[in-house]
Amino acid sequence: MKKIISLSINGDQYEVLVSPNQTLLEVLRDQLGLMGTKRGCDLGACGACTVLINGEAYLSCIMLAMDGVGKEIQTIEGLTQTRELHPLQEAFVKEGGIQCGFCTPGMIMTAQAILNEAEKPSEETIKRKMAGNLCRCTGYKKIVTAVMSAAGQAGEEV
Amino acid sequence: MEKELNIVGKRVPMHDGVAKARGTAQFTDDLVFPGMLYGKILRSPLPHARIIHIDTAKARKLSGVKGVVTGQDIPDRQYGIVPKARDEYALAKGKVRYIGDDVAAVCAVDLEAAEEAVSLIKVEYEELPAVYDPLDSIKEGAPVIHEGVDHNTSMSIRKEFGDVKKAFAESDHIFEDTFYSQAVNHAPMEPHAAVAQYDHLGEHFTVYSSTQIPYFLRRNLASTLMVPESKVRIIKPKVGGGFGQKIDMFAKDFCAAWFARETGRAVKFVYERDELFISTRQRHPMYITVRTGMKKDGTILAQQFKAHADGGAYNSTAPTMIALSCYFLMIPYRVPNLIYEGHHVYTNKPVGGAMRGHGIPQARFAVERQLDLIAQRIGIDPVELRVKNSIQAGEPHPAKFIINTCGFSDCLKQAAEAIGWKEKRGKLPKGRGVGIAGASFPSGVSNMSHISSGSVVQIGQDGAVNVLSGAADIGQGAETVIAQIVAEVLGVTMEDVRITAADTGTCPMDPGTFGSGVTVRAGNAARLAAEEARKKLFKYVAKHLDVERDDLAVKDRFIYLKSSPGKGMSFKDALKGYQYADLPMPIVGRASWFAPSTEPTTLFKDDGNFAPNYSFMAQAAEVDVDLETGQIKLLKMVTAHDCGRAINPMLVEGQLEGSVVGGMGQALYENVIVEKGQVMNPSFLDYGFPTFLEMPEIGAIEVETDDPIGPFGAKEAGEGTQLSPAPAIVNAIYDAIGVDFKELPVTPEKILEVLEKGGGK
Repeated sequence: MKKIISLSINGDQYEVLVSPNQTLLEVLRDQLGLMGTKRGCDLGACGACTVLINGEAYLSCIMLAMDGVGKEIQTIEGLTQTRELHPLQEAFVKEGGIQCGFCTPGMIMTAQAILNEAEKPSEETIKRKMAGNLCRCTGYKKIVTAVMSAAGQAGEEV
Repeated sequence: MEKELNIVGKRVPMHDGVAKARGTAQFTDDLVFPGMLYGKILRSPLPHARIIHIDTAKARKLSGVKGVVTGQDIPDRQYGIVPKARDEYALAKGKVRYIGDDVAAVCAVDLEAAEEAVSLIKVEYEELPAVYDPLDSIKEGAPVIHEGVDHNTSMSIRKEFGDVKKAFAESDHIFEDTFYSQAVNHAPMEPHAAVAQYDHLGEHFTVYSSTQIPYFLRRNLASTLMVPESKVRIIKPKVGGGFGQKIDMFAKDFCAAWFARETGRAVKFVYERDELFISTRQRHPMYITVRTGMKKDGTILAQQFKAHADGGAYNSTAPTMIALSCYFLMIPYRVPNLIYEGHHVYTNKPVGGAMRGHGIPQARFAVERQLDLIAQRIGIDPVELRVKNSIQAGEPHPAKFIINTCGFSDCLKQAAEAIGWKEKRGKLPKGRGVGIAGASFPSGVSNMSHISSGSVVQIGQDGAVNVLSGAADIGQGAETVIAQIVAEVLGVTMEDVRITAADTGTCPMDPGTFGSGVTVRAGNAARLAAEEARKKLFKYVAKHLDVERDDLAVKDRFIYLKSSPGKGMSFKDALKGYQYADLPMPIVGRASWFAPSTEPTTLFKDDGNFAPNYSFMAQAAEVDVDLETGQIKLLKMVTAHDCGRAINPMLVEGQLEGSVVGGMGQALYENVIVEKGQVMNPSFLDYGFPTFLEMPEIGAIEVETDDPIGPFGAKEAGEGTQLSPAPAIVNAIYDAIGVDFKELPVTPEKILEVLEKGGGK
């Protein structure tokens, strides 16, 4: 039943023993200790577990670990691996796009996926593509400002 | 307001923002210990039943299972924040009272084994008749939910202020309307969790918990485990939002601690999302009837309220909720004569608890909606009606509130102007409308030293400052605000200040995060402790420089003479000199603060100044209603806000924006639907709250006052702004389509139903 698979996460190769029904989120958190990816609903409805697969946003709580084989998986821990913050992280901190911080890693990963697609996304695009990421603290306004600012579109009224 | 401030009043980023952005901030579920076990709770499938027998044999035999516990095994001790309202066992004893009631728990080497073990526990129930509506529950012959509680009414309050009978007799108009507010789930993004460890050597527990109230949790856990408080240490890791839902002990806290002692291993419980909906807390559904007596010109003479709160199966914070609901009817409007009658009623449903506003949002919805109904009936502008009845600073108050600062009438005028009231109200095309509502909120409660915060400020050898505070940051930024206050007092930078908070093993006592009291209460404690530390350092500097201590001030790490600002010495040199003078290091300042109260305020019995100070706000909404689909779009919400002086305007805005969007959910989308005791929508797929797409344009106007009690003039900013968005939106819907909704939420179905019947303007 269980199978050893190889996953490429944040540029590193991991060999993990997984069962066929194990989600990528379970492997990240429970086996590899990559705790930056959060479990908010376990139903693909809140976005807190968002990771990048080949640069696109995926919900790791409803993706099987086995489906990650052969793909480049990136988590919040891989966004920067030095003391320097990634521009998105910097913008979230500076603009107050963070309150409790539980949704933040998922928000930042979805934002990164948007920026991977378009260098200067419109405010409408950001809102539409981030609509699957829930936040109960901020009311979203400062998150939009943070993403716009990281994309070099600071100063625009949201 | 000419106070020169360097750090207070600035848009300082959260001190733990970087850790949160990197994903390294640790929440309870992120903690892992060697050999840790995983727990799971068995919940009642029935709304009301006697437990006849529980057979745990099969569960115990399952490989990997390390413990099983049921209500029979635990001490006969009930818990709750309010001592006289304690009615809940960590695990049900003898009877279950709602679907989701905690029945038994297991722990095992992994979650799979724990889940399987739970399914192997066999419970024999004798089903009892159940009741689901508070108005049915109070009837003669209704099923008895708690033995000895008449009419299932666990708490009642009746307060009269002034001479209501006389005032009604003198009124030109009397209006009576009934309103209903629904059940709303807090839906914090972080599910509730606990990890417990037990040290057999010292016989003490360490419990990491996603809690808003570490010290109350310590008290409740110690009393239910029947151990001294000193044997329990609660540590609050990062908490992923609470909004009131994490104000209480839960089965996960108790069971984690219980199994840790039984097994000697760390034990983790994490609730699933549906458990948050079913088995934690929700905003009380409430029926409210309001009777208002007025003069011809719209001056309020008297109001009479009757409220029935649907408490669900247990009390939780029932007495506080009812008291708040009552007292805050007398603010922000002048109501000289008032009767309030409120009842907390048990039903076989999920449990009501504190939620952002705590009893006040429901009352606010009723009052603010009725003011608009009255405005139509007597032909007066809703803003004018509100301004006319606005309370003012310094005026005598029927319940003896002391209102030192109040920007309410300015809030109303400025919010109205910003939404374009004069040009828009009653003048927009059908489907478009504007509405307004107002509110006030306490900055915590004045309840003598029972509700006090402590703080310790230490200045280290290298000039770094360590702050100990019991305050519980649940994401709102309490630690950042406290650090700002300390940095301001000591004239150092934010980088110099390190804060250790919400660990009952090392920090001074604090009641926790509720009632929006943290900034005023814990902020004042930190301010006083920092001032004491500063005083010790200044004493040395004054002697060394041969100047008066009172002539010293500090800014940008430089201690200088107020009379000659160029003269002085650096903070570091002062510390060095202090050490070489053989004075005790580290320099420590300690303080405790509770709201000044001239008489004991017990909330229930006596009148008195309810809170150290009061925030005020007016919120104006503009909506667009699609006449074909009934869809409502909140286009804009303007808040004019008197929160005293903002310690951190960016964090205040964050509170305000989150509150507005939460209030919008309450008005338009959110409703915990319960059928025969079963929650029908316990997931984010079925329970919708606003996303990026629904976010309105949000405007904020600061109506600054300088409060004499709050630290640096601050008042609360966390809860008040969630009181009036819902009535403002529903008032705007009236302006848009001419329909008066009296029940929340207002959904497209309800709009279409009325429009199809030919209703509306």
